[in-house]
Amino acid sequence: MFTSKKLLLLFSLTFSCSIITALAQSPNLGIVANEELIKNWNTSIGTEGEELPPGFGNATNGRSIYNLQCIACHGQGGEGLLNDKLAGGHGSLTTNQAVKTIGSYWPYATTIFDYIRRAMPYLSPKSLSDEEVYSLTAYMLYINNIISEDMIIDANTLPKIEMPNKGNFIISYPNN
Amino acid sequence: MKKNIEFVAANGLLDRRSFLKGGAITFGSGSLGLLTASPSSATDWPNWMTKPGTGLSEYSHRSSYESHILRKTAPLLGTDGSGSSRTPIQYLQGTITPNNLHFERHHSGIPEIDPEQHKLLIHGLVKKPLIFDMEQLHRYPMISKIQFLECSGNSRPNLSKIPPKGSCGDIHGMIACSEWTGIPLNILLDEAGLEKDAKWVLAEGADAASLTRSVPLEKAMDDAILALYQNGEKIYPANGYPIRLFLPGYEGNISVKWLRQLKVTQKPMMTREETSKYTDLMPNGKSLMFTFKMGIKSVITSPSPSLKLGPLGYYEISGIAWSSNGKVKSVEVSADGGSSWAEAELSEPILSKSLTRFRIPWKRDGSPSIIMSRAIDENGEVQPSRNQLISEKGSQVSYHNNSIQAWYISSDGEVENVYV
Ligand code: HEC
Repeated sequence: MFTSKKLLLLFSLTFSCSIITALAQSPNLGIVANEELIKNWNTSIGTEGEELPPGFGNATNGRSIYNLQCIACHGQGGEGLLNDKLAGGHGSLTTNQAVKTIGSYWPYATTIFDYIRRAMPYLSPKSLSDEEVYSLTAYMLYINNIISEDMIIDANTLPKIEMPNKGNFIISYPNN
Repeated sequence: MKKNIEFVAANGLLDRRSFLKGGAITFGSGSLGLLTASPSSATDWPNWMTKPGTGLSEYSHRSSYESHILRKTAPLLGTDGSGSSRTPIQYLQGTITPNNLHFERHHSGIPEIDPEQHKLLIHGLVKKPLIFDMEQLHRYPMISKIQFLECSGNSRPNLSKIPPKGSCGDIHGMIACSEWTGIPLNILLDEAGLEKDAKWVLAEGADAASLTRSVPLEKAMDDAILALYQNGEKIYPANGYPIRLFLPGYEGNISVKWLRQLKVTQKPMMTREETSKYTDLMPNGKSLMFTFKMGIKSVITSPSPSLKLGPLGYYEISGIAWSSNGKVKSVEVSADGGSSWAEAELSEPILSKSLTRFRIPWKRDGSPSIIMSRAIDENGEVQPSRNQLISEKGSQVSYHNNSIQAWYISSDGEVENVYV
């Protein structure tokens, strides 16, 4: 393994004057991160889904995983129990009893994969395989009537799914 | 020297400088409530004056007589660590929130991070992806800023139809102010070298939720701090130990705690925290995203519910005011439900994006009163009334409630939350 000093030296020798201004105000102690590490940490999924991993799943498999790992907190078919309701609420946003769920509210399908993979199930986050996350994502979409039960969800199909409420989001920044 | 009292608004509000000008004030026949005390005889010293106190110690604790002053915790069902705890602001004075009482909002508990194993990665649209350990980060130039941090969902209880019961802290206690010390983020982003199409920075925490938020690059390069210290001590675990992103004036959720990576991107990543949550649903069904700024706001912390007032006479009305746009310019106080207003005294220092303490003397004569405060910032932005806020944003908005709080004070000194 490289020591920090060696890397720093290597790095100061290989980088040109184009970054002189930055060097002037920074003690410049950062070590250039290797690709392997970046790859392992770079798990966030954007709306175009380019970062999505290989693998696939469908709602049928998703239902079995859900009924074992999620139902205790989110209820049968995502109807909500101790914690967030994950399905339903369609047409409620303009009433004075808005019910925000994946189906009624979330603008991007990629967020479902991203969030479940990093944060759920609540008591053992990051324990699911990518295939399981694809299946659970498919199940979330299925219980919200967005896809059919047998549709294959993968890196190619997921970003193409149009979420029902997508058109209702307005980016305020920088106006607030 | 005695002088006459100067009332400046209805129901007993006094000139803010009444006391600062010096001299005693008389209220008609009575005084400010001085009681004649009998002088103590030499034999009844309190026992803490007759033997040495406890010894020196390596870490201090507050008086045992103050140990009832605690945060109110509200975990989500089935969890210990998702949800919030609120600062009991009704018991605090000045502007700095003690580290032990700083409100909490976690999405999956507080991680116990070993600083020797913790690293910060900066990657994405940068010329050189960089990784730092804590030792390296501590060698960077640092700055210190006294600034507020407020949860976006603070004061949400007051959006309900019926005024909620509970203390000032239960309703408004997701506001805190600390001296944050750390590295200006732009130093590290410059060191990594930004690519031309860089526009946003995804910040990710090292908690079990791996919470992520997209930060506008402009903000990251402007006044963002990688905070390592909070009020002089290493930042507390509940506040992001060993490193927290701190974005002055922005809703608390985006100041990502336990920061482990920053990924520079072209577009926001549309994480769960910026889509499902922390978006503002309007009456027409549209939702505003990335409404970061907390606006102009104030609240009277004393008197407030749960602090019953004693005898009639002099009290100080006191509270906090803050603005995400800069400095608080003035705070007006009313004791008659908003018909007449008087200017409160602002305590120095008045800092940008920080808490400012305001105070105004008040003579309670026992008539039922409704006390309120209204803040105005240096940009001329005025704190809205609750009605104004709801008519603009609707009843389903659940974040960014910066509207005016009204407290009803009955003739026997009970204080209650009311909508006016
Ligand atoms: C022990 C209870 C528990 C279990 C089991 C659990 N969750 Fe959750 N879930 C939560 C809690 C608590 C939250 C909210 C976390 C927070 O505060 O941010 C949540 C939030 C969510 C959300 C976001 C909801 C929203 O509207 O933003 C989704 C999606 C979700 N869970 C999916 C799942 C899936 C899929 C599983 C099974 C793999 C699962 N959960 C298992 C407790 C649980």
